[in-house]
Parts: sequence; structure tokens; C-alpha cells
Amino acid sequence: MTIDFDPSRPIWHQLVHEFRRRIVVGTWEPGGRIGGVRDLAGELGVNPNTVQRALSELERDGLCRVERASGRYVTDDGERIRGLRAEMAADAADDYIRRARGFGIPLDHATSLIAERWTTDDHDRPDPTDATTRPADAKA
Amino acid sequence: MTDHAIEITGLTKSYGRTRALDGVDLRLSPGRIVGLLGENGCGKTTLLKILAGVMQDYTGDVRIAGHRPGPRSKATVSFLPDVSFLPERARIEECLRLYRDFFADFDEAKARRLVDSFGLETSLRLKEASRGMREKVQIALAMSREASVFLLDEPISGVDPLARDTLLSTIVGDLPEHSLVLISTHLVHDLEPVLDSVVMMRHGRVLVAGDVDDLRSEHGTSLDSLFKETYR
Repeated sequence: MTIDFDPSRPIWHQLVHEFRRRIVVGTWEPGGRIGGVRDLAGELGVNPNTVQRALSELERDGLCRVERASGRYVTDDGERIRGLRAEMAADAADDYIRRARGFGIPLDHATSLIAERWTTDDHDRPDPTDATTRPADAKA
Repeated sequence: MTDHAIEITGLTKSYGRTRALDGVDLRLSPGRIVGLLGENGCGKTTLLKILAGVMQDYTGDVRIAGHRPGPRSKATVSFLPDVSFLPERARIEECLRLYRDFFADFDEAKARRLVDSFGLETSLRLKEASRGMREKVQIALAMSREASVFLLDEPISGVDPLARDTLLSTIVGDLPEHSLVLISTHLVHDLEPVLDSVVMMRHGRVLVAGDVDDLRSEHGTSLDSLFKETYR
């Protein structure tokens, strides 16, 4: 499994985003062990030092911790994970708002659009922001 | 002894009246995967050959894995040239034996795994193999040493996408942890996520050297575009 990175932005930023997403959606379970740096590098097809840099950022944010000799674990702090979920959802909302504004849509239209689409749209499709489920031929 | 895996000061090399390398200074640390980029004829291959110890007659100071290029460095430096270096008439089996005899750090089981993953039979004679197949054999051998420095000259340009993926995942996940990997290429795009630093050369000199993600932040662009901009 490799990710289609945007090569114009630092890859470690994109890895941080991908790892946060994994924690929020539960691909990486709370308190679960995260694979070694080189295993992740091999899985994602990226440089091990870049993976290390992204994981260090996650540690600084309290999203994972390193246990001496036994490895690296996802935080089991449910509050922290809920906080992260809210943070990522807010980022997605900001994206939507920016684009809705760009189209010249007022707030009441933008919110009613969400309410309307919430139940009618086919939301079982793979998340297009989820790089790992993006089909390979979707590359621009 | 220094902490650098490669340390080059004032390296100059001429072919007759042509200067292939013109005062190269370069320091590279262990544990990194470095792209050596530049147009044809910029001196990449000459630099790699000197580092590998297969080309002498240069001026300047060159250290690799703590030694001047020579027999002692060769024991710990794995070189993958962009030309065929194995005996034409040999079978893959005999090439494996050759590496076993020559290099104490050769991991034969790993080489067999790679040969197998490339879909090659060890009974195959090289002269009966296609150019791409021969390149795969050379890749399998070169990547299976427990070397401290790997010098790879255009390793991805001649093989199919599947073999390229195998090579790249070997480079990021399956080489000795503190080894330095120096890869020359002009296919920057394919290597982007794999590299952590880059050295760009032109006319025998180093133009840009640095951390890839820092360069991306600094210039707000991909290496591929930076490369094209630099060489415009």
C-alpha cells in the first residue's frame, strides 16, 4: 500500500495527516502498538527518516508514546482522540466553508446543503481524502 | 575518522581536456537516502565511480566509510553500476557464488529471495537474459550486501514498474539501518518520496544540496519542478 503524495508539500506533513486519520478512524486502535519505523517506511514507500519525523510530531502532540524497549503505542486517552476527531472535522468544515464562499453561497444555503446531502448522498464511497483507499488511477 | 559516510574535498577529475568534476565538496551522513541528480554528462557517474574505487587519477581528498577508495572501502561499499559487470556466460547461480566468494557481507538468502521475486530462475544464463533481466540480477546482488554505503547508478531507469517497486521498498525498509544510499537518477519523480536529501550537479559541480522536505517548504514546489527550474 503506497500513498499518492503531493510532492509539492513536505511529505512528513502529509504523513502526520495520514497517521492522525488512522488514529481517528481506528485503523490504529487506542493503546495499540504502531509498527516499526522501517516497517512503516516499507509499507508506505517513503523514507524512514521522514516517517520518524512524522512520528516525533505525533509524540509531541501526545498522540502516541514510546515505551522503552517495547515500541511505540497509540495514546489510550479517549478524550485526546475525541479532541483530534473534532479538530480534523473542523479542518474539513473550514475547507467546505472556503469553497462554498468561493462559489458565492451564503451561510444559510451552505448549512441547508449539508443537512440535505447528509442523508441523500452516497457516503459509503471511499473517502477521497483517505489516500490509502484512493484508486491508483485517480492520480491527476 | 569522521562521522560522515562520504567526505569529499576539492575533487577534480579530467578526461583529457574535459573537466568531468570541477572542485566537488560534499559531506553525507550515514542513515540517509540521497538522490544524486543532474543532466547527462554532469559528472554523476564519474563521481560514483571514484567513490566506488573503480576510477583513480583524480585530485582532491575523498573518504568513503572512513577510507580512501580502495580495497578496504570496497569491502564495505556496494556499487551498482549502470553497465553490465557480470560475466556474460555465467548462470545466475554462478553470479551468486561470485558474490559469496568476493564479499564477506553478502547475504545470499536475501539475494535468492530478490532473484525469485523478480521472477528469475537461477539456472538462467545471462547471455540468454534480456537487458532488463540482467539489471534485475545486478540489483539483487548489489542490494544483498550488509554494506555501509550503497552507490546506485541509475538503478530504476531500465527495469519494469514492479521491479522498481521491489527495489524502492528494499531501499526504504530492508537495508542496514545506518547505511548511506546514494542514488543517481534523472527520474526524480519516481524517487521523490524515498529520498531524504538531494545533491544536484551541473558541469561537474554541486549546485544544490539539502534536505528534501526543507527544500519543498522553502521553494513550495516538488523536487521534480525544482529540478526543472534549476536546470532551465
